[in-house]
Amino acid sequence: MKFYISYFKLRFITGLQYRTAAIAGVATQLFFGLVYIMVYLAFYDSNSGGVPMSESSLVSYLWLNQIFFSLIYMFYKDKEIFDIIKNGNIAYELIRPKKIYFMWFFKIIGQRLSNVTLRCLPVLIIAIIMPKPYNLSAPESLLSFLMFVVTLIIGTLLMTAIITLYHVITLRTLNEKGITNLFMSLSDILAGGAVPIPFFPLFLQRIANVLPFRYIFDLPFRLYSGNVSVSDGLNGIVIQLIWFLIIVIIGNLLLKKSLKKVIVQGG
Amino acid sequence: MSFIEVNNISKTFKVQKRSGGLKNAIKAFFKREYKYVNAVQNVSFKVKKGEIVGYIGPNGAGKSTTIKMLSGILTPTSGKIKVDGFIPYEQREKYVRNIGVVFGQRSQLWWDIPAMDSFELLKDIYDIPDEVYEENKNSLIRKLNLEEIVNVPVRQLSLGQRMRCEIAASLLHSPKILFLDEPTIGLDATSKKIVRDFIKKLNNEKKITVILTTHDMSDIEALAKRIILIGKGKVLYDGSLKKLKNLYDNNKYITISTKYKINIKHKGIISKEKVHDGYKFIIDSKLINISDFLSKVSKSAEIDDVEIENENIDNIIVKLYEEYEI
Repeated sequence: MKFYISYFKLRFITGLQYRTAAIAGVATQLFFGLVYIMVYLAFYDSNSGGVPMSESSLVSYLWLNQIFFSLIYMFYKDKEIFDIIKNGNIAYELIRPKKIYFMWFFKIIGQRLSNVTLRCLPVLIIAIIMPKPYNLSAPESLLSFLMFVVTLIIGTLLMTAIITLYHVITLRTLNEKGITNLFMSLSDILAGGAVPIPFFPLFLQRIANVLPFRYIFDLPFRLYSGNVSVSDGLNGIVIQLIWFLIIVIIGNLLLKKSLKKVIVQGG
Repeated sequence: MSFIEVNNISKTFKVQKRSGGLKNAIKAFFKREYKYVNAVQNVSFKVKKGEIVGYIGPNGAGKSTTIKMLSGILTPTSGKIKVDGFIPYEQREKYVRNIGVVFGQRSQLWWDIPAMDSFELLKDIYDIPDEVYEENKNSLIRKLNLEEIVNVPVRQLSLGQRMRCEIAASLLHSPKILFLDEPTIGLDATSKKIVRDFIKKLNNEKKITVILTTHDMSDIEALAKRIILIGKGKVLYDGSLKKLKNLYDNNKYITISTKYKINIKHKGIISKEKVHDGYKFIIDSKLINISDFLSKVSKSAEIDDVEIENENIDNIIVKLYEEYEI
């Protein structure tokens, strides 16, 4: 365990060096945050029928999405892992007395946490000081805020497990395009990355509820604004944990099976 | 029981078969044809603790595949490997604590950071205790002459410097076995010498078992008493280098400096070539021994100088390859 932590630290520290990327990220997030909010608000203004989310909880959801964007978007590819799979340097990972799965898991989570650390604060501050109704409002209650923190932490672990699984699949397909891209975009949509889940048609909402993706950030972000009740949140935590375990186990089994078939050519 | 026991292992790769051209590409889209390549076939050998074994063979012979199976990276299609009581590909995580591996054509050091930082991370990967780590690190830095280069980002090192760092990195956790897959590939004479001397010393002092593959026969001459020759996936020769030399090393290269003309015919003289101040002969010492040859020559001509050379080890290997048609 000590090793995985220090591996995580190394990733985290290396990631913090990329300042320009972080500044560009902040600008992008602010831009997208504002555009999304303006589009949705215009849509709310002209709509007389019922809406599935109150205006303030929708705006909060959109801001939280931008604040934590670099942590939670599902289209994440670790170039280093794809490289060692393609060029055969995975041979050197295999001679280490550690579990490859968890080496990758901690590498990915370290990278993503370092990305979000640099980007979240400026976006958060600007989102709070925005004039109404464009601002991020305070959490519904202290309890819902605590629930938000807990579910976001478990959601991050769940996200990492899913992303790690996609990288494990690449070990079989040898190419990160094709099927991996398909899975990544599907999971981003089903997680609520493109359109918030409450706006989905009912049948799609049902599907999203069964799958693990909406428990990554949809659950914590809606808990924050009270759009999901605390008691529903407690159920959500149980589902999060179950999915996390299932996906970690699938990833490990698949990796074990793939490693038996590994071919490292040349040199 | 031997330290390393390789029992009848084979490794078969499935390779997609497709000839070039659009037509074949379309055909292959619907129906894939595969062929099976036997990279290693029924290879068996045993290695004692503290031995240095040279594993040689032409490109594509199966050397690296064998090394990868021995180090637990690949699983053999059939057969069994046992190293120091472990089955490498089944008990990978426990087993690899005992081994160090250097792939000459790959790098285990992180490209952007100094080798020292990579060493620190390896310390955590292998859970090396502080004292052991400090001791190993300092002695490796001293012996491999790394003082100046260990704090420079790896991407700025020359190939020879990088290779020395790679070898140090593979030995930090005091492994019992060292696998070297072409460790001297592309190195200059000085770096080669440092690497060879170091491996020799390591084997002497710490009794580390070393298995190395190489195309450089002088590596083998400098290091390995025993060689295993592999070709087309099969073991062709397993024994001492000396015996191999005796078997094939009948050819002597004799250069005679003389002003006179030499006209000599005898069984065993393979070739005669006029050079500017004399002649160059290749003789088969089994059919004519050197002193007979020289006395015959001296009868017809006055010899100013004579130089006798043994068959070059590279030529022996070429002959072997030819003989086995590999």
